[in-house]
Amino acid sequence: MPEPEKRQFVRFTRLHRIMHVGMIVSFMGLALTGLTLKFSYTGWAAVLSRLLGGFETAGYIHRSAAVVMFGIFVTHLVDLYRLKRRDYGSWRALLLGPSSMLPTRRDLAELAATLKWFVGQGPRPAYGRWTYWEKFDYFAVFWGIAIIGSTGLTLWFPVFFTRLLPGWFINVATIIHSDEALLATGFIFTVHFFNTHLRPEKFPMDIAIFTGRMPLAELKRDKPREYEALVASGKLEEKMEEAYPPIVIRAIRFFAWIALAVGFSIVLWILYAMLFAYR
Amino acid sequence: MRPGQISNCASGASFAALLLFLASPYLSADKTALDKAGRASQPGEECLACHGEKSLTTTRAGKTVSLFVEAKKFSASVHGSLGCTGCHADLEGKDLPHETPLARVNCGACHPSEMEQHARSLHGKAIARGDPLAPHCVDCHGNHDILPVKDSRSAVAPLKIPFVCGKCHQEGTPVQLNRPIPQSNILENYSESIHGEGLLRKGLIVAPSCISCHTAHLILPHTDPASSIARKNIAATCSRCHAEIEAVHRKVIRGELWQKQANVLPACVDCHQPHKIRKVFYTQGMADADCMRCHANEHLKRARDGASLYVPAAELENSRHAKVACSQCHSEVNASHVRPCETITRQVDCSSCHEHDEITRQYVSSTHGQLLAKNDPNAPTCKECHGNHGVLGKRDPQSPTFATNVPKLCARCHREGQKAAVRYTGRQHDIIEHYTESIHGKGLLKSGLTVTATCTSCHTAHRVLPRSDPESSVNSNNVPATCGQCHHGIEEQFENSIHAKRVAGSAKELPVCSDCHTAHSIRRTDEYGFRLDIMDKCGRCHGEVAKTYFDTYHGKVSRLGYTKTAKCYDCHGAHDVLPVADPRSHLSRANVATTCQKCHAGATRRFAGYLTHATHHDPRKYPFLFYTFWGMTALLVGTFFISGVHTLLWLPRAFQMRRELRAAETAETEPSQDETRGNAPGKEDAHAGA
Repeated sequence: MPEPEKRQFVRFTRLHRIMHVGMIVSFMGLALTGLTLKFSYTGWAAVLSRLLGGFETAGYIHRSAAVVMFGIFVTHLVDLYRLKRRDYGSWRALLLGPSSMLPTRRDLAELAATLKWFVGQGPRPAYGRWTYWEKFDYFAVFWGIAIIGSTGLTLWFPVFFTRLLPGWFINVATIIHSDEALLATGFIFTVHFFNTHLRPEKFPMDIAIFTGRMPLAELKRDKPREYEALVASGKLEEKMEEAYPPIVIRAIRFFAWIALAVGFSIVLWILYAMLFAYR
Repeated sequence: MRPGQISNCASGASFAALLLFLASPYLSADKTALDKAGRASQPGEECLACHGEKSLTTTRAGKTVSLFVEAKKFSASVHGSLGCTGCHADLEGKDLPHETPLARVNCGACHPSEMEQHARSLHGKAIARGDPLAPHCVDCHGNHDILPVKDSRSAVAPLKIPFVCGKCHQEGTPVQLNRPIPQSNILENYSESIHGEGLLRKGLIVAPSCISCHTAHLILPHTDPASSIARKNIAATCSRCHAEIEAVHRKVIRGELWQKQANVLPACVDCHQPHKIRKVFYTQGMADADCMRCHANEHLKRARDGASLYVPAAELENSRHAKVACSQCHSEVNASHVRPCETITRQVDCSSCHEHDEITRQYVSSTHGQLLAKNDPNAPTCKECHGNHGVLGKRDPQSPTFATNVPKLCARCHREGQKAAVRYTGRQHDIIEHYTESIHGKGLLKSGLTVTATCTSCHTAHRVLPRSDPESSVNSNNVPATCGQCHHGIEEQFENSIHAKRVAGSAKELPVCSDCHTAHSIRRTDEYGFRLDIMDKCGRCHGEVAKTYFDTYHGKVSRLGYTKTAKCYDCHGAHDVLPVADPRSHLSRANVATTCQKCHAGATRRFAGYLTHATHHDPRKYPFLFYTFWGMTALLVGTFFISGVHTLLWLPRAFQMRRELRAAETAETEPSQDETRGNAPGKEDAHAGA
């Protein structure tokens, strides 16, 4: 491995990094415990459930993780509000600025250009701070939390919700909750993993989300539009910081490997359940 | 008159009668008799000319015999009016002095029935054989001084009978010494017996004497079926006085069984030995001491097969049969044999006493009894379970039939590999082990609760039958009643449930207790295993609902081994399960919310609208679920398809980028490659150390 540069570009704030780690942990917890229930008819759902301390404990883990994830969701909203007040002044500036997560016309154009590049009909587009697939990931999570979270709450407090909704809605909520969760886990552990970590040029993983830093060369290569904007505005130097020592990197890689391993295990299990044991 | 003993006695009695005669004013009958005698004595005067002399003797068989006839006594006797020739008929019209010897007097001329009986009797036959010791009429009744039987002075008055018979039947007499008399010390034993004591000491003339049992004239050996003391007649003989004895002995003889089945049942004399009948013997049983003379010997063996015949006295003493005589069980003993047991031909038949409570009938109809009837060597008889001499009641903790010992007892044959288990072809295996681990087994064996169900509680003790037998207590038709013996409340609920034949009115096979609770491995219903198994149990018949139950939350968490979630019976009821349409059902419109509230506090009627057996594969029944499911599936497939294609298209470019990057890196690092290689690991190690 080449010696990392001493100073690196800071892509993620400390809060973002903490939130992503919290997200990984809570998401893994939710996925593992939830899937045991969804695929309870497979032999190893029972084994896993027992490993997690029995179904009852698994239930506690699931709800605690949900609370953590709700917390992250709320923290993110609060953080957006704070960003608006401190850095942007208005929602408009925040949401329509160059760092916005909202999809724009340019994203559509970049998607078209990217597809052309895929088939060798054009150069690689000069992506900005957030590529269209990163925005898609973001909204997948945003949407997922809203859908899975709301149905999850319905299942958590059925007595309360059936004061407003018919009893069969619990059955509907169950299907939505579990299938949306299947979509989320499937998507995160395959598409997201590939797009951000397993892409041959990043393989085996991109640890930028944990360190918050990326080599300047990488910024130049992957987010040329952002790089150029920073150079032009002269703010690039503000965003450069000392790289983490190798031991921290190793610790991060260790954690990331675990997350990857768990994720792939879950994918294999889902494939097995869907292909060989589905009912 | 031959022996002095009786004549002394008789003269004493005559004296008493004389006093009575002088003192009493009535005696008209006697007066007439005397008058008759006075008249009749006239022709006898010629005889008395010689026979009135006390010195008149003759010699018979080398012995000097007196021929003196006391005129007064003769005229007072019942035969006084007949004169001498009334009996000595051969002297009629003969000149005196007459020729000797005279012919024997034929009493049968006037007493034909007595004579005929006597002739048939043992005594009569002995006379016919020419036995010189055989008694004739005169030997008991006397000759010239015979008084009415009712006269207490009579030689055969009740009080005198023992001595009349005892003349020959006591120790030391020629009869006792030379003739095969099976009993010994007859007169002595009798006079010490309760009968003898009553008669001789207390003067109760209704107390039985020898002739009460043996009859006066028709005395026959007990081996003769016509004898009053033959085995089958002895009960009738004794009950002539002991008329109500059957009531006293009702446990033994159950009505008239004693007389009808004298061969099976012990006869009176088996316990109350002849002549020795005494109260003191009853407690231990008459013959026990006699039996124990041999059977107390530890080394006593049966010649036929070497089986031990030792009877441990202590065992017997502590047993429930301690007060039962050996011969009550070992019937057919013959007290007159030196080895009374040598006449035994059958095994002990417990039914002779234990028939009253139908135990025998039950046993005979049971599998055990049927095997015995087929002479199966494995067939258990009474003693296999109850033991023999040491038999204890089922309430005795030492008894093999005590509740806590029953599993061990049955296990002797029914444990896997044992003789009953190897012939068994049904589905129940390792029953002893399963039972021991079951709630019943733990209750009985670990907690020592003797009311807990043991083998016999369900299978019965004596009417053990296979499940397939409609009479069996464990036949599925009878199982609810069998379990209901203890679980009565449950049985009541069950009998009103849709699973009860009466309610269902269905010809289909309905579940009974054992179908859900199993037979031998019954567990606590709040235990892990039971709660998880129950869905499979219900699912055996209710397949579709059980399957769809597993598609919903309750079923899924149950699958994961969670017991606190709703199982079939938590909602439908366990023993009182009814169709949902029944207003009494736990799931009826009126009750369903309450049922949900058992777990979900505050649940409403709307909450109960949750579909507990829903499937998303049925668009007609559950359209919402069906379309939700397919909508979600479409979203899933769509998303994965698009992102999958995107990723696949990306791959070649990504590889290309990787190659380019590698090439650039190599170009960059090549000059200082060695340096980097040398330094980098060292640096990392330093950091790792820190």
